[in-house]
Amino acid sequence: MSAAHLGVVPLFISPYLEFVVQNVDQLFARLIEHILITAETVLIAVPIGVSLGVLITYNDRAATAVLWLAGIAMTIPSLAAFGLLVPFLGIGSDPVVFTLILYSQLPVIRNTYVGLTGVEEATKEAGKGLGMTRQQRLRRIQIPMALPIILAGVRNAVVIVVGVAAVGAYIGAGGLGEFIFNGIRQGDSVMIVVATIIVSLLALVADYGIATVEQLLRIRNGEQVEQRASTQLIQKAR
Amino acid sequence: MIEFEDVTKVYADGTEAIDGINFTVEEGTTTVLVGPSGCGKTTSMKLVNRLEEPTEGTVYVNGTDNQELDKIDLRRGIGYVIQEIGLFDHLTVGENIATVPELVGWDQSRIDDRVDELLELMDLSPEYRDQYPRELSGGQRQRIGVARALAADPDILLMDEPFGALDPITRENLQDEFLQIQDRINTTILFVTHSIDEALKMGDRIAIFDVGEVVQYDTPAEILSNPKNEFVENFIGENQTFKQLSITPVREVMDDPQAYESAESEVAPAADGGEYYSISPDSSLQVGLTRLLSIEHTTLPVVDGGEVVGFLTEDHVRSYFDSAGEP
Repeated sequence: MSAAHLGVVPLFISPYLEFVVQNVDQLFARLIEHILITAETVLIAVPIGVSLGVLITYNDRAATAVLWLAGIAMTIPSLAAFGLLVPFLGIGSDPVVFTLILYSQLPVIRNTYVGLTGVEEATKEAGKGLGMTRQQRLRRIQIPMALPIILAGVRNAVVIVVGVAAVGAYIGAGGLGEFIFNGIRQGDSVMIVVATIIVSLLALVADYGIATVEQLLRIRNGEQVEQRASTQLIQKAR
Repeated sequence: MIEFEDVTKVYADGTEAIDGINFTVEEGTTTVLVGPSGCGKTTSMKLVNRLEEPTEGTVYVNGTDNQELDKIDLRRGIGYVIQEIGLFDHLTVGENIATVPELVGWDQSRIDDRVDELLELMDLSPEYRDQYPRELSGGQRQRIGVARALAADPDILLMDEPFGALDPITRENLQDEFLQIQDRINTTILFVTHSIDEALKMGDRIAIFDVGEVVQYDTPAEILSNPKNEFVENFIGENQTFKQLSITPVREVMDDPQAYESAESEVAPAADGGEYYSISPDSSLQVGLTRLLSIEHTTLPVVDGGEVVGFLTEDHVRSYFDSAGEP
């Protein structure tokens, strides 16, 4: 099948479509790799980040230190981190996932901390006065109330991870970055553009999906929110 | 019962919140702690459920030094209502009310029954049960706050400016409703407010606080007629007579029906359900006098449960104050 068959498509788009059609299998395989790297990162990074976020609510000084370190982690250039980790973790996806976990920490820890400490003083005092233990207040009041905010942090992290994961192809982690590096080597801008668009779309879809869950949680928490289309759809389906 | 014995509280920064206070709240009565802000009234209240710990002295709860009780158990046995309400916005009204019963492990059917009972007690229709607090007005939210505090049938209820953030009309309604609820439950209540009017209205006894000290602990009537010192006098403010009117029930002043037989004055007809031309013995003299002035008759029948139990005239009110030695 050639672009000629897609008569209505404006001329400048046709080489890109042609590339997609010709490489659909490869693109799909790389997309799956990309998603797996992201998923693995999130599955490890979120429990760590949330736990740290909960722990630092017990101590202000620890909070400052941990948030500062997580901030520093984000400033390390990804290529440098990969390079430093390869001697220990080898090439492939391991050093990439490790680096991405580090990158995810700041948004997850920060949002967990802000969400938990941002619960109104009166609400916490009522819980305390009614005889809840510290754990019960955390579990029954603070975490449920903070959940949408924590999820916003996760969403933030996922978008970062999807983007930076593309660089991982440089040390053999696979994913859509393969096309980008091949494109650079071969001077093939079509390849670069197509892979980049797919990476962006993946990030947008993940962002939208998590934002929808976040909104459902807000509604579950009795908040009044302006519902996005997806939320309305899910609400109706129930 | 709550007893304060030489209780002093000094905060870590050296501020002395209260200095050697003593008073006893008898079982089933309401004591109001009142005073200007920063006088230590809220601190005193928080010493009862150990949200604060005393520096010196002892707080007895139902006869036991509360330092010997487990903090968490102690709090679960004491209802707690605060000005900001502090409802759990992520839980429904029903789940909010069920907080303490759930903490102490009641079974679900008992909890459900209790929630229904409390919604009814607080005059909230059953459909509120599954709504979220954010959808409700301030007055309704505080009703739920009170219901949540009463859920596990505590012996003691602590209320810190519970109606302080409400508009005046809602506040008045809630005060009146709460006075009725108070009659139905046998709970020892400690109530904190900065408003002397609220204290006079709600309290069986009032503890007036000046910076860290209780300057007078008495019944509302006693405080109005015998203020102990200038501070109390100033705090009560002007219009003492007017305030006395508002806390004295008609019952104390009225004549019995026989006495009326011989009287010459014309009685306001207590027309069927004509609430306006009669008055209940539990109404305040303030209401009674207002009603007397607004009708064309000089005698107002006092009606309780459809029966005339007495009569009220302006002379009764006047002589009551004369005998009380009032200005």
